[in-house]
Amino acid sequence: MSCVKGLKCRECGRPYPKEALFVCEYCFGPLEVDYDYDRIKQVLTREAISARPKNLWRYRELLPIDGDPTDGLNSGFTPLIRARNLEKALGVRELYIKDDSVSHPTLSFKDRVVAVALSKAKEFGFDTVACASTGNLANSVACQSAIAGLKRYIFIPADLEAGKIIGTLIYNPTLVAVEGNYDEVNRLCSEVASKYNWAFVNINIRPYYAEGSKTYGYEILEQLGWKAPRHIVVPCAGGSLITKIWKSIREFEKLGLIEKAHTKVYAAQAAGCAPIVTAIKENSEIIKPVKPKTIAKSLAIGNPADGIYAAATARDSGGGGEDVSDDEIVEAIKLLAQTEGIFTETAGGVTLGAAKKLIENGKIPKDESIVVSITGNGLKTQEAVADKIGKPIRIKPNIASFEEHVRRH
Amino acid sequence: MPIKVRIPTPLQKITNNQADVTVKSKNVRELIEDLNKSFPGIKERLCDEKGNLRRFINIYVNEEDIRFLKMDATPLKDGDEVSIIPAIAGG
Repeated sequence: MSCVKGLKCRECGRPYPKEALFVCEYCFGPLEVDYDYDRIKQVLTREAISARPKNLWRYRELLPIDGDPTDGLNSGFTPLIRARNLEKALGVRELYIKDDSVSHPTLSFKDRVVAVALSKAKEFGFDTVACASTGNLANSVACQSAIAGLKRYIFIPADLEAGKIIGTLIYNPTLVAVEGNYDEVNRLCSEVASKYNWAFVNINIRPYYAEGSKTYGYEILEQLGWKAPRHIVVPCAGGSLITKIWKSIREFEKLGLIEKAHTKVYAAQAAGCAPIVTAIKENSEIIKPVKPKTIAKSLAIGNPADGIYAAATARDSGGGGEDVSDDEIVEAIKLLAQTEGIFTETAGGVTLGAAKKLIENGKIPKDESIVVSITGNGLKTQEAVADKIGKPIRIKPNIASFEEHVRRH
Repeated sequence: MPIKVRIPTPLQKITNNQADVTVKSKNVRELIEDLNKSFPGIKERLCDEKGNLRRFINIYVNEEDIRFLKMDATPLKDGDEVSIIPAIAGG
């Protein structure tokens, strides 16, 4: 059963057929999936969702595939954790971590978008998939396309962390390390995509791919007991996730799955790459591109495709944005590990670091519910913390050595 | 040697399916006018009613985004390569 009518330009509203298209021919605006919500409302109830398997496809009517899902059947439904230790540390009453650092199979929220993109690419009949990635997407496309038996080309900036490179190569894709930053990789891929008939998940399949991010939001709403939080802090790279979380709330409202929500959304970026947060703080309609310089490589997109929509989402919701230094990122990674036991990657450090600042400066009240979006795993970005977490105490295998070196501490 | 311009797929209907075209223009603004002389209608796709470049289009001269150069006043010379690319990609 399909609940998708077609594609529609977000800017000028022109309709397009369900094909591997991503921009409006007339105004170059992004194409978005156009759903038949009346039909969805008839079938998608709380009871129907609750009875389904605990993976991201439990919301399948709100995902843009026509047939049965074929990929990511074990992805999604990651833990939403009540973070009581972190609440104490930050002095807040009610704080949750939505933890995609344990996403199956590649430990980041990108497993969600890739599940949808590959299911759709197969419906379109593609035999080759590709992507431009800052690392997590590379891992997930390489992995899930190996499972699916698709040919795969992955493009990354040449200077990525070892964990992201090894976590891609292990699946034996063609991995192309481009000498340049992500924005250069992305430009190159746009040119490659127009020349080769491949399913570039975040270019020509992007309208479908991006919808997968909504499941991160749906799960939060369901896991909170069919309720929206008052505040949610979201990391921003290209700016898609924050807009899709917002969309997930609006859709659940429209379908009557939650009551009218008053959620404020906040964008988190690294100070060394903060085009979206800058636009929010300056109340600007324009996103000024930047040349990224930050340890948060997974967020290092200086020219974010959804930047204007991300900034508008934060503003329209009554939320805002905050950026954090590299040192603040590391401190936040350590704080999350040492309070809640979650080892997140640099992007998670950005998000928690920004949340901490927003709480400290009073933008987020201490007595209202807050969700912090943790989207990736720290084992992939070990370089960021390796020399900032102490060293093991090395001893001889005898009691004297133990008492000499360890008990003293 | 003229300037080579790479045309994105959505505009190739206007350029008779050519992915690459050549022009001789002094800067990016002039390039858009020159393209429009050869391929009438292409300017209104690239620019809004006020003549400003649409916000969902990025233009690169020799792989550098013109927003890091001199926007549409970015000068062009023989042998330069210009790419016109939809902004909505990646992430």
